[in-house]
Amino acid sequence: MVKYFIRRVLQTIPVLLIISFIIFSLVFVAGDPVALMLPEDASFEDVENLREALGLDRPFLVQYGSYVVNLLQGDFGESFRFNQSALPIVLDRLPATIELAVAAMLVAIVISIPLGIWSATKRNSSLDLLATGGAVIGKAMPNFWLGIMLILLFSVTLGWFPVSGRGTMLHLVLPAITLGTGIAAEMTRLIRSSMIDILNQDYVRTAKSKGIHDFFVVYKHAFRNSLIPVVTITALQTSTVVGGALITETVFSWPGLGQLLIQAVNTRDMAVVQACVFVIAILVILMNLFADLLYRLLDPRIKYN
Amino acid sequence: MSSAQVNVAAENGEIINKEAKPFLKWARLLLKSKTGTVGFLIVFLIVLVSLTAKWIAPHDPAAINPANMLLPPFWMDGGTAAHLLGTDNLGRDILSRIIYGSQVSLMVGVTSVILAGIIGVFIGLISGFYGGIIDNILMRLVDSFLAIPNILFALVILTIFGPSVITLIVVLGVTNWVSYARLVRGEVLSIKEREFVKAARSIGVKNNKIILRHLLPNVISSFIVISTLSVATTIILEASLSFLGLGIQPPTVSWGGILSDGRDYLATSWWLATFPGVTITITVLGIIFLGDWLRDVLDPHSQGRS
Repeated sequence: MVKYFIRRVLQTIPVLLIISFIIFSLVFVAGDPVALMLPEDASFEDVENLREALGLDRPFLVQYGSYVVNLLQGDFGESFRFNQSALPIVLDRLPATIELAVAAMLVAIVISIPLGIWSATKRNSSLDLLATGGAVIGKAMPNFWLGIMLILLFSVTLGWFPVSGRGTMLHLVLPAITLGTGIAAEMTRLIRSSMIDILNQDYVRTAKSKGIHDFFVVYKHAFRNSLIPVVTITALQTSTVVGGALITETVFSWPGLGQLLIQAVNTRDMAVVQACVFVIAILVILMNLFADLLYRLLDPRIKYN
Repeated sequence: MSSAQVNVAAENGEIINKEAKPFLKWARLLLKSKTGTVGFLIVFLIVLVSLTAKWIAPHDPAAINPANMLLPPFWMDGGTAAHLLGTDNLGRDILSRIIYGSQVSLMVGVTSVILAGIIGVFIGLISGFYGGIIDNILMRLVDSFLAIPNILFALVILTIFGPSVITLIVVLGVTNWVSYARLVRGEVLSIKEREFVKAARSIGVKNNKIILRHLLPNVISSFIVISTLSVATTIILEASLSFLGLGIQPPTVSWGGILSDGRDYLATSWWLATFPGVTITITVLGIIFLGDWLRDVLDPHSQGRS
């Protein structure tokens, strides 16, 4: 177990290196920041001097090397918009995004677990059709559009919830539902098919034949086991959830990473963009690692190799 | 099936069975599935609309008419039959804009999926077939892409290279190849242990020939299924990027763009943001239905599982 864990952690190092290389190459290709930093009538000598001072005249790989050294120290460069180091700006916005993501996950769990179990135990009933149909529609609806429609109905027309911003619990409701329904759609399908698999297993049939009440068969024997794939696949959804959060935040002006990122993208504040990418990538990698370990903890049959 | 084949078939009873069978078989399989039929009809309709946009759109999608600003749909007070789904803040006809918008959405969706498919299948074949260090490196590359949400990666590239239709297609292609690579690699790992591949190897068939002749044809059906579903997610991703202002740029009309325009008029003119969203949802729903049906037909193992 410990050995396996160490190996998995070590595997993330090349992944982070590849990500840093991709990002660095993209920014390198994007062109010389010097042209933006100096006035238009700057002389050739001025440009060269500044390039030298910033180390931009060095070969690509040398520049990449010092880039990685800086990254290891948490230095993503200065944000020219905020005039401060980029990483703290990004970390400052992280709690808001995590709050939204967790709330959305709760919404998703509350919707999908009962719905998934129900539709699996009563296959082809009208409720099953409603649940699977709802799941497909939830998947087909663009997240941001659902958000807009919720604002239209509950904020503009009914006036129940604020249109945008963060602060009270009321502010959290619509964004969490927006992001949560998309995840719920995927999870309902998963729980349903996982439950159907388990309900066909021999031990479930045995439990039934022993005369155990349906309720206990479903919850004690089937549901617990069906959770194994569900829990891990849910943790693997982090990338999708964070991606969805980026757009949901824009729709609701939620002051998280997404909003910061879109602003940074529009002002070409590359230091902040890079810091955002890394923070999100590390978050996703950690969650995937967590999912992997959880899977092995929940299911002792899995071997560590 | 060409008409020449039908004629030949009509002359010879035996050939009828041989030649006409595939088409009939597929039609029968399709009609057996309600959702498959619905999906096929939706996709067929959307493709037809986008191909004939020039002739069926009631108005020029870019024609500005200040006299008709923010007209509601025809069934509401103040709506007219001339603008069935109403007009936007510049008096442009929403229905015509949605009809023209289908062209960009489908074009970007399909071409970027083809690009992603080519990259992903190639990497998946190489990774699965050769294994070892090559596999290890390529799979770490896959992990790296998986750690960055698609939309985030797309945003970064679009910021650097600036938004355009070509950039968008490349960006969506480059962000989506990962799912193909993983799937194809997984299939290749099991196929390459099968007898016919071992037999080909034992008689000295060259590696690239094994890959092209024996492995590639066997991953085609998964490829078709995942491509269909990929078009659906790509259409949503494109709409999201256009909504954020980094996708399709005006004057080119896109569904995400119309939606984004409508957001500022939510309080007064709900139809601006509503109709393009409904269109996207129906289109994606149709593609998902079609894709699910294709999976059931092409991959009997997964039948009825989800």
